[in-house]
Amino acid sequence: MANALRIQPLEDRVYGNNGVILQPLEACERISLRAEDKAIAGLGKAIGLALPKKPGTSSEKNGIIAMWIGPDEWFVTAPEGTGLEAKIDKVKTGLYSAVSINHRNTGLTISGKNAVNALNSGCPRDLSLTVFPVGACSRTMIAKAEVILYRTDEQEFRVECWRSFSDYVWKYLMDAARSA
Amino acid sequence: MLKIHCPYCEEDRPELEFHGAGEAHIARPTNMAELSNEDFEKFFFIRDNDKGIVFERWRHLHGCGRFFNAARHSVSDKFIKTYKAGEKKPKLTKKEIEAVLPPAKSTPANEAVWTIEKEGKK
Repeated sequence: MANALRIQPLEDRVYGNNGVILQPLEACERISLRAEDKAIAGLGKAIGLALPKKPGTSSEKNGIIAMWIGPDEWFVTAPEGTGLEAKIDKVKTGLYSAVSINHRNTGLTISGKNAVNALNSGCPRDLSLTVFPVGACSRTMIAKAEVILYRTDEQEFRVECWRSFSDYVWKYLMDAARSA
Repeated sequence: MLKIHCPYCEEDRPELEFHGAGEAHIARPTNMAELSNEDFEKFFFIRDNDKGIVFERWRHLHGCGRFFNAARHSVSDKFIKTYKAGEKKPKLTKKEIEAVLPPAKSTPANEAVWTIEKEGKK
């Protein structure tokens, strides 16, 4: 039987210059989760971590990350093979919608001592550690592309964007890194 | 860059993330089918377009995605406050309004054509 080979849009790329390193993320599972209050506890149990309720925060356990995106919206991501969809499918309490956006999204990590400067070239958010600490997340803009920004470390961010925007985001950050 | 406070994200965010969505607090008629053409036009198309304090809908499009309302000055573009959708029009204090007034009489466009008393009648 023929198998379709899945190629990541940023596959094989890597960039490092001027204190900024860009790396594409490995394939992973991604769910856009919308849920009413009644469903939150059950969903948290099924996924294995409590969904964050405070704006701009995230929770992480065993490689599974849930990011607060809106008052009833979370971005949940897990390593390939976790089976997030099947886990969520078992929840029967409350109304919710879980959509796999795995094929729509792709991600990259940007790290290094000038990572914040490179990001700030296209993203006017205050990315200082007091306002945007490790674990903070938010949907925002990098230049003209909508992204989800997630701080994984003091000098490391995960940038999630639509796969069709990924080339633009990559090249924008590359350019930004040169003058960071 | 203009910073806008999102009542859902509880944070000041850059204007790039937002999208204006017209006048706020427009009640949709319950008897839509019975409306005359003139009344429908009034509800659907005719907006106050005030010069001065305006109440507007905004959407945090590239953030939490939520619609919310804002009280703003349409000449100075300064926001007085933002509040969640569904909440009542806030009563603005004189101090709040004075804080967002455009510079007095610098250009004709900046001259206020409204007064606080007039605003209170609505």
